[in-house]
Amino acid sequence: MTASEATLGRRAAREAAKRRRARRGQAVAAVSSVVVIGGLVALVLTSPGWPNVRDTFFSWSAFKDSFPDVLSAFWLDIKMFCVIEVAVLIVGLVIALVRTSRVAALFPVRLLAAVFVDVFRGVPVILLVYLVGFGIPALELSGLPSDPIVLGGIALTLSYSAYVAEVYRSGIASIHRGQRDAALAIGLTEGQALRHVILPQAVRRVGPPLLNDFIALQKDVALVSILGVVEAFRQAQIISSSTFNYTALMGAALLYLCVTIPLARILDRWGLEGSTRS
Amino acid sequence: MNRPLPKCLAVMAAAAALGGVAGCGSTSGESATTNATASDCTPGKLQTKAPGELTVATDKPAYPPYFENNDPTNGKGFESATAYAIADQLGYARADVTWVVEPFNSSYAPGPKDFDFDVNQISITPPRQQHVDFSAPYYTANQAVVAAKGSSAASAKSLADLKEATIGVQIGTTSLDAVNSEIEPSTQPKVFNDSNDVVTALKEGQVDAVVVDLPTALYLTATQVPDATIVGQFSAPGGDQWGALLAKGSPLTACVSKAVEDLRSSGELQKIENRWMSQAADAPTLQ
Repeated sequence: MTASEATLGRRAAREAAKRRRARRGQAVAAVSSVVVIGGLVALVLTSPGWPNVRDTFFSWSAFKDSFPDVLSAFWLDIKMFCVIEVAVLIVGLVIALVRTSRVAALFPVRLLAAVFVDVFRGVPVILLVYLVGFGIPALELSGLPSDPIVLGGIALTLSYSAYVAEVYRSGIASIHRGQRDAALAIGLTEGQALRHVILPQAVRRVGPPLLNDFIALQKDVALVSILGVVEAFRQAQIISSSTFNYTALMGAALLYLCVTIPLARILDRWGLEGSTRS
Repeated sequence: MNRPLPKCLAVMAAAAALGGVAGCGSTSGESATTNATASDCTPGKLQTKAPGELTVATDKPAYPPYFENNDPTNGKGFESATAYAIADQLGYARADVTWVVEPFNSSYAPGPKDFDFDVNQISITPPRQQHVDFSAPYYTANQAVVAAKGSSAASAKSLADLKEATIGVQIGTTSLDAVNSEIEPSTQPKVFNDSNDVVTALKEGQVDAVVVDLPTALYLTATQVPDATIVGQFSAPGGDQWGALLAKGSPLTACVSKAVEDLRSSGELQKIENRWMSQAADAPTLQ
């Protein structure tokens, strides 16, 4: 046996041991999954109230009857989400830029922006929707919107812009001061440096937290229902309160998941790429 | 409450004794029959939540004319008075009646209930009866259209005149079904959480008209929105009958139903209705 053959043999043995360990790991994972998940399922299925819960939350016939209505109402959620999201990205960016600017004359605007963030981030979203939805029409000023969909959209935009402004601001603050100095040194103005050097890096850096806020917004669109808007959650609530069966609400939950889970996977991927690149 | 099995057995025994359904967690459409004999319905025999007490539930806030001053214990208001009358029929003194708060949305949740029966203007419908028991009906409500005085909806002479109106209703009420099947509006009705929001929406012009139970409409136009008027009344499809809500298979259903029937035949129920519900006869009927 030559030295090189011995090395090959040792390598093969090492590989085999590694494979055995991996197989054993998989087996342990499988068994523990079956025990834990199976145990939980068994616990639920054997609980004394399960037949009741099955009939009121997981009734296939109630699902079939209610799902088409809930699905068509969900289209409104999607449309609202898309419009509000764009508005939030713009308003949030403007507020972040105001808050990070250092122009002395802009002090009052900076103050207002800070108050905006404190107030709208500090008030529960549902309360904000309620106050805007019922408060603005009460002013009876002509020209103000009175459509609850628009009013609810405004309330959500206010709240989420406050969050998103802070996300942007953290992104801008994370770009090293040297980037700005270098941009100015090669002859760019403050504005150009912001537009071409700082913002592109900042926005790329805060992509995952922004997407995280989108996911939250996608669910919170349902809050507009308290203003009388019949979107997916409200449609499901209507059906469940008229039949005393909660299955319609499970259908609505499923629809929200259909949007948020793909978004969450994109987010995971994005985070992964970010960590391998830098 | 923490001993589901004995309770379950008790329900089965009671259901079997009444000739009704026997089975734990059964959701068959049958409801307990009303043929209980009077001897079953005495405080000593009734399996109430707390022995010797009758626990009655309603939502909070409790609205007039069904309750007065948001206080169900004062015996004032149609449903408070009805609940005490039922208790009296069953042999419970006023002091033996305990009130608990039960939001409408959780009143039909599966699992043990915190009350013996719930009075909250709850309409009896077959789909609902698959999940809860209802007593015999104690009231039949008409629907009423309320609109701001002088608005185009206020001048409607028929249900067809309201087709173009934006209509507001409260969630969980039969009003929405009534609107969709009888008026068939071209704009989807707006559905609010509670009657306060319905009223606010009407006041602020976010809706042209609201549809509520007639007694509610009478109360609204008399006190909360004096600027509004009752355009007219119409009957909900299939009639809108209110019953006390009980847990599915409750041993008390037959007794509460019997109490309601006795109150009806003695004229007591009509007296309570006349006392607390304004006279509705003068609201025009919309076709």
